[in-house]
Amino acid sequence: MAAVSLEGVTKLYRARRGDILALQDFTLDIADAEFVVLVGPSGCGKSTTLRIIAGLEKPTAGTVRIGDCVVNTVAPKDRDVAMVFQNYALYPHMTVYKNMAFGLKMRKVPRAEIERKVMAAAGMLGIEHLLDRKPAALSGGERQRVAVGRAIVRNPRAFLFDEPLSNLDAKLRVQMRAELKRLHRQLHTTSVYVTHDQEEAMTLGDRIVVMKDGLIQQCDTPLTVYAQPANRFVAGFVGMPPMNFMDARIEADGGEVTAVVEGHRLPCTAPTAQRLAQHASQTVVVGARPESLLVQPADATRTRSGDETLLAEVQVVEPLGERQDVYLRTAAGTRLIARVPPTAHISPGDNVTVAFDPDRLHLFEADATGQRII
Amino acid sequence: MTGNMPTRARASPAASRVLRALRTVVVYALLLLIALSTALPLVWMVCTSLHPPHAQLPTMRTLFAPDGWHWDNYSYVFTFAELPIWRFAVNSVLVTAGVVLLQLTLCSLAAYGFARLQFRGRDALFVVFLLTMMVPAQVLIVPLFALVRHLGWLDTYGGLIVPYPYLSTAFGTFLLRQFFVGIPTSLDDAARLDGCSDLRIFWHVILPAAKPALATLAAFAFIWTWTDFYWPMLATSSTTMRTLEVGLSVFKDAYHGTRWPLQMAAAVIVLAPVLLFFLVMQRFFVKGVVLSGLKG
Repeated sequence: MAAVSLEGVTKLYRARRGDILALQDFTLDIADAEFVVLVGPSGCGKSTTLRIIAGLEKPTAGTVRIGDCVVNTVAPKDRDVAMVFQNYALYPHMTVYKNMAFGLKMRKVPRAEIERKVMAAAGMLGIEHLLDRKPAALSGGERQRVAVGRAIVRNPRAFLFDEPLSNLDAKLRVQMRAELKRLHRQLHTTSVYVTHDQEEAMTLGDRIVVMKDGLIQQCDTPLTVYAQPANRFVAGFVGMPPMNFMDARIEADGGEVTAVVEGHRLPCTAPTAQRLAQHASQTVVVGARPESLLVQPADATRTRSGDETLLAEVQVVEPLGERQDVYLRTAAGTRLIARVPPTAHISPGDNVTVAFDPDRLHLFEADATGQRII
Repeated sequence: MTGNMPTRARASPAASRVLRALRTVVVYALLLLIALSTALPLVWMVCTSLHPPHAQLPTMRTLFAPDGWHWDNYSYVFTFAELPIWRFAVNSVLVTAGVVLLQLTLCSLAAYGFARLQFRGRDALFVVFLLTMMVPAQVLIVPLFALVRHLGWLDTYGGLIVPYPYLSTAFGTFLLRQFFVGIPTSLDDAARLDGCSDLRIFWHVILPAAKPALATLAAFAFIWTWTDFYWPMLATSSTTMRTLEVGLSVFKDAYHGTRWPLQMAAAVIVLAPVLLFFLVMQRFFVKGVVLSGLKG
């Protein structure tokens, strides 16, 4: 087991139709035994990062360390890392046993020790009964277990997972997710996990690294990333359904500072108002998670004039058992998603009022950076 | 318009049934014609080989009604003292096996390079390599002959085997490259992390995964080499180095082309292994056509 660190790593792919900058000045320190998840949309550079750690790609600039050694020029086989691939990458002509034993055989490990290690790993994953089968005779879940087993058997310094669960069905994915977490607790091996599924990232990672266009957008614990996203991209990417965004104008009326959305004053706590003062007369973007919106039938709550709610029409209701996701459209045309209890009687076509929880509002710059203000 | 629809709808199932049946008859008639025209020379050859040794060239009327069926024509050919047919057969087997092995080795290594290794100008080189398929073998024969003579390899197994790949490596490389490209590169990555070098990836991962394509190329190389007449004819001069195909021609010359039944018996002996091989390996030939995107 070892710490992994990347320092100022840049990767430039040269192509006829123009160069592609897959990673830009990427710096990340992964502690020994830590489980870090790289998450982001397709093409954000997360798999490239993983392949650079594995040695399958060479960085254009920067330093990669595993343990105390700089490994930039070290061959993949000598880095002592194991990788689990999205399509399993099991050798089709070998049995499960031979697949798991292959890496050890190449390292000239004695046969008896290979057998001991393979049996131990197979026992850990509950695949002893599959050892004589070939990959073609296995289900997707079994193949993924074998792929994980092949990685475990070598007892590497770090595990690298490249979207290992994306080929599995939803139920199996959740099951394997828990299994991977259990294995990590058991083995304490440094793990770097790549996924585009933010839910997988949230549930698995000690820390998650949100990436976009080869740049780290935020690197923190899952709950911090969720509760205090660094910018609009992170806020929109992490969380399902995604965060609602609305343009707001900061108005200072005497000593009172408020954010005005579509003519309605949003409630602001005193510290928030204080921070907003420096953005007076500017446009900002307000973010609100679906679960922080309070949706009420319009005729029941619109009694007070000048209240801090928006009027909206229900367009779609998605009943999900323990909750309902409600898709709304405000009078000004803004689309919002709210999460309401399953008992709420809301139907498409209803007029509702939407209220915001002042403690759970996020404010971002309206410019391209979309940096967090509050 | 709408008024006509029910009438047409009622009439169409019957009409379409007739049309379908007619189409089936025409298609099968055509297929039968093609099959007959393909099989006829073979049938003619086998039947003629059983006619009396001095019989005239049979007509369609006499083909199936000779003056007795002479199976002894075959034993005659096998025991014909001046033409060691067993020796020819051994030569054919050795040459064909050598060429198939050489072809598989060279083509698979070249295909691996073109499919997996990254180097400047790789694709351009591959195109140039493919262009050699357009050079007819006859153009290459003379320089090859000069080269083999210069090496002192005329009338040797080396001279019979080694020059063959020059004539068909591009096709084999193309066929295998197409297959190799379809093998997921994550297998290479996994093998690299497991401790394999490029050559070990080739040996432990790519080759075992490409067995069907290798079998296909082996099948093609077998047929081409076994049935080749031109190169063994040029590269050998002594009777003991002849292959079956060349031996057949020597046999023909020995009788000035007159004793057809005996000649046909010899032809059947030469052709039988190829026919058997084709029947067994048929699916690999079909696969080869699919893999290389070639027809015919």
